Amino acid sequence: MSLTGALLYLNDVTVTFDGFRALNGLSLVIEPGEMRAIIGPNGAGKTTMMDVITGKTRADRGEVLFEGARDLTRLDEAEIAELGIGRKFQRPTVFDHHSVFDNLLLALKGPRSVWPTLLAPLRGAERQRIREIMEIVRLRGLAAEIAGNLSHGQKQWLEIGMLLAQDPKLMLVDEPVAGMTDAETAATAELLREINRTRSVIVVEHDMAFVRELDVKVSVLHEGSVLAEGSLEHVSADPRVIEVYLGR
Amino acid sequence: MIARFFLAGFDRRVALALIAVLAIGTVVPLLNLMLPASHVLHVPDYMVALIGKYLTFALLALSVDLVWGYCGILSLGHGAFFALGGYAMGMHLMREIGPRGVYGHPVLPDFMVFLNWKELPWYWHGFDQFWFAALMVVLAPGLLAFALGWFAFRSRVTGVYLSIITQAMTFALMLAFFRNDMGFGGNNGLTDFKDLLGFNLQAATTRAGLLAASSLALALGLLLASAIVGSRLGKVLVALRDAEGRARFLGYPVERYKLFVFTISAAMAGVAGALYVPQVGIINPGEFSPANSIEAVIWVALGGRGTLVGPLIGAGLVNYLKTYLTAAMPDAWLFALGGLFILVTLALPRGVLGLFDRDARRPRTAAVDPIPKAAE
Ligand SMILES: Nc1ncnc2c1ncn2[C@@H]1O[C@H](COP(=O)(O)OP(=O)(O)OP(=O)(O)O)[C@@H](O)[C@H]1O
Ligand SMILES: [Mg+2]
Repeated sequence: MSLTGALLYLNDVTVTFDGFRALNGLSLVIEPGEMRAIIGPNGAGKTTMMDVITGKTRADRGEVLFEGARDLTRLDEAEIAELGIGRKFQRPTVFDHHSVFDNLLLALKGPRSVWPTLLAPLRGAERQRIREIMEIVRLRGLAAEIAGNLSHGQKQWLEIGMLLAQDPKLMLVDEPVAGMTDAETAATAELLREINRTRSVIVVEHDMAFVRELDVKVSVLHEGSVLAEGSLEHVSADPRVIEVYLGR
Repeated sequence: MIARFFLAGFDRRVALALIAVLAIGTVVPLLNLMLPASHVLHVPDYMVALIGKYLTFALLALSVDLVWGYCGILSLGHGAFFALGGYAMGMHLMREIGPRGVYGHPVLPDFMVFLNWKELPWYWHGFDQFWFAALMVVLAPGLLAFALGWFAFRSRVTGVYLSIITQAMTFALMLAFFRNDMGFGGNNGLTDFKDLLGFNLQAATTRAGLLAASSLALALGLLLASAIVGSRLGKVLVALRDAEGRARFLGYPVERYKLFVFTISAAMAGVAGALYVPQVGIINPGEFSPANSIEAVIWVALGGRGTLVGPLIGAGLVNYLKTYLTAAMPDAWLFALGGLFILVTLALPRGVLGLFDRDARRPRTAAVDPIPKAAE
């Protein structure tokens, strides 16, 4: 079957851990070019949803279609990344002993197998692209800085930059502003909107100010399925949402 | 393109080390051969043998650093690759003896005659040719490392489990080589070598030549290692060392990278062993002893893991100390080694070279977190 137009289509996805349903018949549709915010209380299944999309966790039931055709539940992590789905993890993981430049270089689309990487010289186009990305993710002038020396916020941006370097069609971003200052949070919202001009984005976040700033459609997850969907105003007014999440 | 490849990883530290290694390889032989024994600067023969031996240990240390320092594979079995290279060379040297053995058999080495063997086992064929032996010096350890790595890395064996497997490998090989019917001379090993490529192994000129060859091999090894480390592949190695899952996620086939560097490194250790054997005049199963592999790791930790140059210094320092102490106070050596290791882990977590490398922002530094992470 093909779902007209949708970039990502989750249908009735269920994931069980030792009898506990982390995802419970979850369905979700993301349109091309869309940015979607996912909110929900701790343990709602947000990270698990990303795990299923990226092939890290297998779904017990249901389908996950990318661009209407490819069923992601049948592919492994590398194949899914290859299709154009990039992911930023909840905990920032950059290569601490590499410079900002090298982190981006390793993430850049390019050779991945042994012999080509052994002999591949640094091409001018690559250098150029890395400069551009550093510009976008607010790390200009830090090319030689060792990633381990960056501030927490800068590491998050570097990781977003590494995602950009892979040039994905869909970017999954898990709690990008956790632990950031207000200024960094605002800058991150702007950064994601900028990125959204050229690709689709799914953002998981607890920070309501940040979600408000993104100003996009919101899905509320609760106990492994979607409780409500719509603008932030719309879902905040939903009594069920207030009960499980906002009202606490 | 070749030149660019080799120059990519070049920095001042590597250049200095290269010059030092090559200087040792030329100056020591000259001072030994050209000056009369009475001269103050004369290097005595035993020193030539000693320094030549240290150079091969330095090459072994370099090979360990390549896998452990840059790829996070804590191999506790590199002594086995060293010994295999040594045996391949030893087999050639045995065949070179020809009819000059004690029993005067035209083909069979003495120990085979002694064991009443009638003909040469199949795996001894070809070793009469130097080129064949030289090939085996690289191939035998390389293929073993490839086979072991193939299974271990594909089944995602990492950390201490991998270290234990490599220890088990060298231990198993030691037991096997102790057996007479393996055909490698049993516990006596291979010895009584006469000459190599027509040069008498007892001659001072040959000894000096072997030292020079060892220094050249070490220099080439350092050049190759720095090129690998400085290439994009080298960056991938450090990346997978620090965050394997992340590297995998970026699309790098992590297992192949490990296999590549593990195999190259094993071949390098084999070359070191091949140069070691003619200089010490014997190879026996004791070289497979698990303690040897552990000692090589200590040299690397002492000198500075993940620095390429540090391990060379570590190998030199520890072995100098060992030579000195085992003569002065034979019982004290192991305690000294253990104490040194503890001291360095606590006081010099980044090794001797860490002392000179205060600038942690240096982009090319792949130096590692203070405590060696065996399991991560
Ligand atoms: N590998 C696992 N094994 C067992 N249980 C798991 C596993 N992964 C997640 N869970 C459980 O599944 C539920 C959903 O977890 P998930 O991490 O998806 O929540 P989340 O919405 O991302 O929460 P948070 O906001 O805290 O990040 C939790 O109760 C969690 O304990
Ligand atoms: Mg989560």
